[in-house]
Amino acid sequence: MSEIDVRAAAEPLDSIGLKAVAGAAAAALVLAAPFLASEYWINAIIVPFLILSLAGLGLNLLTGYAGQISLGAGAFMMVGAYATFSLQLRVPDLPLPLALVVAGIVAGAVGLAFGIPSTRIKGFYLIVSTLAAQFFFEWLFLKFPWFYNGNSSATISLSRGLSFFGLDLNHPHGRYYLTLGIVTLLTLLSFNLVRSQTGRNWMAIRDMDTAAAVIGVPIVRAKLQAFAVSSFILGIAGALWAFAYLGSASVQSFGLTRSYQILFIIIIGGLGTIRGAYLGAAFVSLLPLALDWLFQYVFSGRVDAGLLQNIQKAIFGILIVWFLIKEPEGLSRLLGLRRANGGRRSLFPSSLKEN
Amino acid sequence: MSMFVETLIGGLLAGTMYSLVAIGFVLIYKASGVFNYAQGSLLLFAALTFVTLTDQGVPAFGAVALTIALLVATAIAIEKLLLRPLTNRSPMTLFMATLGLSYVVEGAAQGIMGSQVRALNLGIDDLPIFLGDIMISQFDLIAAGVALALVVVLSLLFNRTRIGIQLRGVADDTRAALSLGIDINRIWQIVWTVAGLVGLVAGLLWGARQGVQFSLSLVVLKALPVLIIGGFTSIAGAIVGGLIVGAGESLAETYVGPFLGGGITSWFAYALALVFLFIRPAGLFGERQIERV
Amino acid sequence: MPMREDPLPALEVRNVSLSFKGVKAISDLTFQVERQEICALIGPNGAGKSSLLNILNGVYVPDSGEIVFEGEHFRRMHPLEAARRGIGRGFQNNALFSGMSVLDNVIAGLSRHSRATLVEEAFRLPRARGEERRFRERAHEVLRLFDLERHAATLVGTLPYGVQKKVEIARAIAAEPRLLLLDEPLAGMNAAEKQEIAAVIARLNTELKLTIVLIEHDIGIVLKLAHHVVVLDYGRKLADGPPEAIRDDPDVIAAYLGSEHAEIAA
Repeated sequence: MSEIDVRAAAEPLDSIGLKAVAGAAAAALVLAAPFLASEYWINAIIVPFLILSLAGLGLNLLTGYAGQISLGAGAFMMVGAYATFSLQLRVPDLPLPLALVVAGIVAGAVGLAFGIPSTRIKGFYLIVSTLAAQFFFEWLFLKFPWFYNGNSSATISLSRGLSFFGLDLNHPHGRYYLTLGIVTLLTLLSFNLVRSQTGRNWMAIRDMDTAAAVIGVPIVRAKLQAFAVSSFILGIAGALWAFAYLGSASVQSFGLTRSYQILFIIIIGGLGTIRGAYLGAAFVSLLPLALDWLFQYVFSGRVDAGLLQNIQKAIFGILIVWFLIKEPEGLSRLLGLRRANGGRRSLFPSSLKEN
Repeated sequence: MSMFVETLIGGLLAGTMYSLVAIGFVLIYKASGVFNYAQGSLLLFAALTFVTLTDQGVPAFGAVALTIALLVATAIAIEKLLLRPLTNRSPMTLFMATLGLSYVVEGAAQGIMGSQVRALNLGIDDLPIFLGDIMISQFDLIAAGVALALVVVLSLLFNRTRIGIQLRGVADDTRAALSLGIDINRIWQIVWTVAGLVGLVAGLLWGARQGVQFSLSLVVLKALPVLIIGGFTSIAGAIVGGLIVGAGESLAETYVGPFLGGGITSWFAYALALVFLFIRPAGLFGERQIERV
Repeated sequence: MPMREDPLPALEVRNVSLSFKGVKAISDLTFQVERQEICALIGPNGAGKSSLLNILNGVYVPDSGEIVFEGEHFRRMHPLEAARRGIGRGFQNNALFSGMSVLDNVIAGLSRHSRATLVEEAFRLPRARGEERRFRERAHEVLRLFDLERHAATLVGTLPYGVQKKVEIARAIAAEPRLLLLDEPLAGMNAAEKQEIAAVIARLNTELKLTIVLIEHDIGIVLKLAHHVVVLDYGRKLADGPPEAIRDDPDVIAAYLGSEHAEIAA
């Protein structure tokens, strides 16, 4: 056997020291960001980027780790947002952080329910169940005024705004730190989870579900857990999207396009990696800016907004296909961040044997 | 009673349109194992090309010919740039690639030819016909007739021509077909072209009804439940599935909708498909896979 | 010969039949496996050997018949149930989790012993931490047994076939099964590797007192390794007995062993 395990070798001490310094510098930068960036950047780019990362993380647990494809990310975000609205409106004594947790649990329960078909069907058949969620909730939250409290424009917003146990967060810095705190916490929890037995169960199902069942992985439970955890995170991301970013939201804020966007984030960033969600979200957030800049300054001409949108769409499509062909592990592999030893993973090998 | 029959017939006729879109899926799925999410975008692309050409004064016959030429070129490009590099990759990867493809096709088509709604007149008047006291839309009737004709033509193509027989060979056993020297890449190009043509027909009929616009590409979302119900590998299944979904939607909207505030067609087909999935996971006409380990 | 402390056989297959789309894969098969014996299933391709293992694991549901495992009767086995009761399995074509490291593959095999809840894992509460530590220790122990320690962090899909095969047996062993089913554990290995794995299988049997049912085509190794051989042909039992008897059975020679038998005799 010629292959030598690179990772097993102990890391040199100075490299660890270097990592600690880099980590501390990054943390300091992240904490100081609001004082370095303009209000526009915080409101329009950094906060939505963080929330999209969180949503990508949620979907990545389900699709990238557990191998269950979903086109319903938007639906679970929607449930989280509407549940938060309802809780803040109807249970005013419940502080916002707790309302977010409860809303996440509601979204998780809904996700679990729509995950039940995954115990019977596999592969892309499952998009039926998640699309059903997408269309059903778009209909439900628009059809019954109770969900948006009869607001004439059928939108939801928090009348008291954002607060953290009495601390007023209704300003760009407040929104940023609230989002940052939640995203950091949920990322840590997800990180723990994917490195635990549950995470291994998910990946086992993704890589070869029949073998997983035979060696004792509780397939049904693990799949439902993946749906529940994924939707819990998506639900909280949806609430943040509605109230920390948009301020006021409607079902259109969480339409099918949003579901596609979240899926694209993890394909571009890297399926089955935590950092992939961040890289993909950064890419998705920055590409429109880059294109805009390109057309405005390089071609020094105003381009019709509709045309720009279509060009963007086509570029996204090309990138998706390109990544799937050339770099199935996305930016996280491309940027050399994945484990150094070992070749590429094949995506969704479990669905291969259907042929 | 006559209202029930009218609703049912209207639903069945609308269902033939779903079938038409679903057939495009089945063709591609059988030949290349790809669940082609871009079928709706191809439909939009075909219809948009035709409308743009006729708007420019190109006569209908010429517009059809040019659109077909463009569809052939598109199929070849898709085969070379997407399918071939993704050979032997998992069905999930292929599915996601076609999702990306749908963005490319939609973005390019609308970027070049515009995003506004275009009227399309096929010269079919939508006058109601009365059979006793039952009213039927003439347009739906003609559309259903066209769908039926297309199905007959496709069956003949599959069963009588050399290409069709090769194609079935590829669908049944890709490896065996390859060892017999069948050029699988060419088969894929042909199948994607045929699926594009089916898309053109469906796109023109739908476009005449509701205008040629972006929402046409969303018919892909109607075809999915149809395929689940009928099975991914059967043209007969696509037809029956389309009829079930069409009739089911129409009846549910009329008889159940009022109790739920209406508008339930947006998700009803999916609920129906989920029920079918639990009863028959392989669809009505699909084959159950045996797992080998 | 295996010891017979307990009169009850480890496993009984009773009148089991299975068909795919009307084609019989196994017809009315009956045999039993004593405790702590190595039972080899042999027969040509398509004889129904792998299908039988799949029935024992609950991947396939037999049309009729029953399985008796440690005195309990099953009309059908469920995969999870089989794993919980301690039926381990190695597959014919590697069924490893290709996107995971060797270590993670082996730990995944310990799932049936996992008690920590999702919340405990997410917050790394004591029970989850303790379980993770025990699982890692156990996995490293098994990796050492198979001389796989240096591959622990390697992505399993990138390893050569022979090594993967070993990882698969290690994964099955990690969970401390009571009955181990192995589908061609020596296939695709060179002579040295075959000897190595055969020795490990023999040790598992003697030291861990593990009952083993294996499918293998290398008759030479089967006759040396197994205490009991069942010969299948077209889903029917052709012969059943100790290796010496099988080697001399004229039916088996005619139907299956053929020239290979001559080789062994020589």
